[in-house]
Amino acid sequence: MGELRELYQEVILDHSKRPRNFGELAGANRRAEGYNPLCGDRETVFVRLEDDVLEDIGFRGTGCAISTASASMMTDAVKGRTRAEAEALFECFHRLITGQDGEKERGAPELGKLTVFSGVREFPVRVKCATLPWHTLKAALAGVDRTVSTELTEGPKAESGGG
Amino acid sequence: MSTVLPARDRSEGRHLPLDVEALRRDFPILARKVHGRPLVYLDNAATTQKPESVIEAVAHMYRHSYGNVHRGVHQLSVEATDACEQAREKVRAFVNAAEAREIVFVRGTTEGINLVAQTFGRQRVHEGDEIVITALEHHSNIVPWQLLCDEKKAHLKVLPIDRTGEVRVEELERLLTPRTRLVSVAHVSNALGTLLPVRRIVEIAHARGVPVAIDGAQAVPRLAVDVREIGCDFYAFSSHKMYGPTGVGVLYGREELLEAMPPYQGGGDMISSVTFEKTTWNVLPYKFEAGTPDIAGAIGLGAAVDYLTRIGVENVTAHEEELLDYATRSLSALPGLTVIGTAREKIGVLSFTMAGIHPHDIGTVLDQEGIAIRTGHHCAQPVMEFFGIPATARASLALYNTREEIDALTEGLRKVERMFR
Repeated sequence: MGELRELYQEVILDHSKRPRNFGELAGANRRAEGYNPLCGDRETVFVRLEDDVLEDIGFRGTGCAISTASASMMTDAVKGRTRAEAEALFECFHRLITGQDGEKERGAPELGKLTVFSGVREFPVRVKCATLPWHTLKAALAGVDRTVSTELTEGPKAESGGG
Repeated sequence: MSTVLPARDRSEGRHLPLDVEALRRDFPILARKVHGRPLVYLDNAATTQKPESVIEAVAHMYRHSYGNVHRGVHQLSVEATDACEQAREKVRAFVNAAEAREIVFVRGTTEGINLVAQTFGRQRVHEGDEIVITALEHHSNIVPWQLLCDEKKAHLKVLPIDRTGEVRVEELERLLTPRTRLVSVAHVSNALGTLLPVRRIVEIAHARGVPVAIDGAQAVPRLAVDVREIGCDFYAFSSHKMYGPTGVGVLYGREELLEAMPPYQGGGDMISSVTFEKTTWNVLPYKFEAGTPDIAGAIGLGAAVDYLTRIGVENVTAHEEELLDYATRSLSALPGLTVIGTAREKIGVLSFTMAGIHPHDIGTVLDQEGIAIRTGHHCAQPVMEFFGIPATARASLALYNTREEIDALTEGLRKVERMFR
């Protein structure tokens, strides 16, 4: 039960029930769709990128509590940042949720509220849920006009067959 | 080994078909805990747990009688060959095939269907021809036919389902044309639990001269299957879903069809003579068994057949029907829970969604309670699309499941509800 509370912290539950920046973004000049075949989740991320700064960002789609909250909190975290800052934040976030971070990064100030996702490390099959919006954002910023799949970006950690 | 006699269900004073508490002791894994809780294993449509007799048959093989089959004059090879062929005979009797040579050992249901597609299919299907499947198939009974149709410029036609998850069999007649070369259908749907009227499907198809292949992966562990009574031409199933080891499965094919089909893979054991000019194929079933087979797996499968035979598959059917009924009533009473798949004839599988809660979150919370279910699309994405949902949560039953375990599931789902609402 302790681990479950770590995973589904109040902040995460709140963002999953009331996602911020939800909906198609008017005036977006970058977009990408992310797909997690494990749970059938699809999320589209919209960005208005100006002079390499993420002036505005939104997302829509369906997902589990972890991926919806992650998308919601990601949009809050990267809004107003430069592309390089957003990508660096993703790397830091990825190390946090896969447990590859050292003690110093666990409380890395740049992660801010995103540290509530540290509980994901105890649930390896859920890492893909938390990273889906980030991979999608990365694809949108790179101008990749195709669906990104967590199976390709995170590797086959969990089931995709077996009847 | 436990003796199986009807036991009295104390809660309702009714007779249950199986003495489940005794049977549970046959499965060592059921004694373990998961996250500190007793394991409640309800992911049996994905794979079933193994009784001691199966584990022991495999171990005994490696400890005492292991050699390669059909090759050596030495004692171990003879013992291994005998054991493997005995397993084939057990499987033959279990599904009531006419001849043991109609039982081909493959890696599993998926390979069985691919074998039919790549041999029978490539030989008989040509440009403009048609293959008919249903809308509730597992990907393993969709993709092999798509590959074949792509190669041959043939067409895949789909028999629709209705909102309850029943196949609209009355439309099969209309779907069959002079170009139809094969009908391939599931016996029991892995995503919805629908039991398909396979005898009727075979009757309709055969009346038009069209052969029928059946994906029996979910049927063989829970229904007495008689391939001759069904009248099908091919029937594929997996050992690991019927209490046997992974890595082995069965393709039953009518002898006449198997004889006429080209080999599947080339290699050792599938030939009778090889020169660089000409190779002659071995007799059935070895023509389709290139290379060293999963010898220990086949023997373990034989032990699983023995186990199911001792218990009586019809008792497993009755047990799972009773339990599915109980589970359906228990879960349907939960607010916001919708059962997906409400066919009149249904067995072993309970798929559901909870309003506003993603199946993946349901699965994670239940796992922490020691309850194993599957969440996702169940390798049946077209079924999910039909119902307009990305995924379901699925509890699937086995002979060792109890009402207490269903109660634990219900309680776990109440906790899910409290957490996410």
